[in-house]
Amino acid sequence: MNRVPANLLLGGALVAAVAAMAALSLIWTPHDFAQMNIRGKFQPPGAEHWLGTDHLGRDVVSQLMAAARNSMAVALIAVAIGGTLGTLLGLVAAALGGWVEDLVMRLADLGFAFPALLFAIMLAAVFGPSLGNAILAIAFINIPVFARVARAAANQIWTREYVLAARAAGLGRFAISRDHILPNIAAPVIVQATIEFAVAILAEAALSYLGLGAQPPAPSWGRMLAEAQTLMYLAPQLAIYPGLCIVVAVLGFGLLGDGLRDLTDPRLARAR
Amino acid sequence: MGLFILRRTLGFVLTLLAVSVVVFAVMNVLPGDPALTILGLDATDDALAALRAELGLDRPVLMRYFAWVRDALGGDFGMSHSFRVPVAGLIGERLPMTVSLAVAGMVLTVCLALSLGIGAAANHGRPGDWGVMFISQLGIAVPAFWLAILLVLLFAVKLRWLPPGGFAGWSDPVAAIRSLVLPTIALALVQSAVLARVTRSSALEVMRLDYVRTARATGLPRHRVLWRHVLPNALVPIVTIVGMQFAALVTGTIVIENVFYLPGLGRLIFQSIANRDLPTVQALVMLFAAIVVTANFIVDLLYVWIDPRLKARA
Repeated sequence: MNRVPANLLLGGALVAAVAAMAALSLIWTPHDFAQMNIRGKFQPPGAEHWLGTDHLGRDVVSQLMAAARNSMAVALIAVAIGGTLGTLLGLVAAALGGWVEDLVMRLADLGFAFPALLFAIMLAAVFGPSLGNAILAIAFINIPVFARVARAAANQIWTREYVLAARAAGLGRFAISRDHILPNIAAPVIVQATIEFAVAILAEAALSYLGLGAQPPAPSWGRMLAEAQTLMYLAPQLAIYPGLCIVVAVLGFGLLGDGLRDLTDPRLARAR
Repeated sequence: MGLFILRRTLGFVLTLLAVSVVVFAVMNVLPGDPALTILGLDATDDALAALRAELGLDRPVLMRYFAWVRDALGGDFGMSHSFRVPVAGLIGERLPMTVSLAVAGMVLTVCLALSLGIGAAANHGRPGDWGVMFISQLGIAVPAFWLAILLVLLFAVKLRWLPPGGFAGWSDPVAAIRSLVLPTIALALVQSAVLARVTRSSALEVMRLDYVRTARATGLPRHRVLWRHVLPNALVPIVTIVGMQFAALVTGTIVIENVFYLPGLGRLIFQSIANRDLPTVQALVMLFAAIVVTANFIVDLLYVWIDPRLKARA
């Protein structure tokens, strides 16, 4: 009966691995990730440098670990900002209905016309490229996603009898939203947040690869790939590891999100 | 029907207008002085004032917005600050590259995804199905730019079959096509992973219906039932995703052009950012957003054509 879905297990394991890597990098990395050593450049994997060193002699493992931290932090901040604002908008839209709901949903449609990349490009053109702008751009594209999910879920809860009872007891729309709607839409919102975490990690990697995200010497998988691309004939292996890390993290959060959804919404699991 | 198209067209025009407001607002109203951004901190006051006048920054914001929209509708996107030529000309030169990349990517995506998706559905629950599902799950997690780098590593660095990047122009068509092979594959593979999934689940749903069983019972061969009877009725969700994917492909070209150093609009955007060429960035972002909105609009219209039941409701 209570079988844990396989995607939940695998996703959880992958996420735990990446999170552990990021957490560990806060207190320990094999070497200082930014420590250069030009004489020791392009070292092959060995006991001293497990995955070797890059063109500046920096330890690859340490960079990957520090970049995991960066990736997780960016995803966390961006999804937290976008998720909070979007969920609030969705709640307000469902609570007030009428033209407010229409307006919020039309704005959400508008948000879909701007992929994170376009938004980041605009911000970079006006303010110069930075990790902060990348986070803003990723947070921004999350707002309409969460607004839609929260509104759809909230509208369902609004038809329940206990909400009716709360209204009859004289509770206002916002008090009901806070006390009854929000706790009951938490499951779909959390599922969406897990999936958006994966999207955010991909977006951060792409933006940093293009130079619109993390700036040197800040560690980032995307930026490591951009550097490795210029060294493909010298050290092709450097273009492999950061990509693998991205895939593991994105796959992990994607599977975890799918698994959580199957767990919280059994109807969907059966329909599949 | 006519009313439906009219309403959708109105919605489309309004969305485009709203998009133009957002683009203009982000580029012009947010704190920051474009003239200072372009010239840098050590610019003299005279130079700043002159540039502000040249960019029209001394006029009220609303007037600038209307002038921008009016000119853009007439095909005039202003002067590029760094190239010192009209932005429209720059776009015209580079548009064919981006369009051919996006269209080739889309065609490859659809061919791959439909074959894989229908094939997986036909082999539901067997190893072929699992294989497609596994690969597509993986494909969704692989960043297109990393896939592009891996393709270059394999086919350009190791095997030396194809060039690692760059584009010498269409004067030598064979060389031109060879330079576009890897970018097209990199664009299409990731997108087809998503589309194959949707195709599979949509086809599986249709295959359960009675008329499919009837078609089988009349003795039609399997592949004919699949492609003639299952696919057309599984198209609505597929077209939805294709519309979204075309948008993703077009913005994906921005990334891929930068991986392969292709002279398209995506490279132009990054050159313009590096050169602090705000009028060009503004025009290009608007163009890409307009393509995304237009793709969604076309999908809306296609629904009615694909699914006549929607026509009755509309």
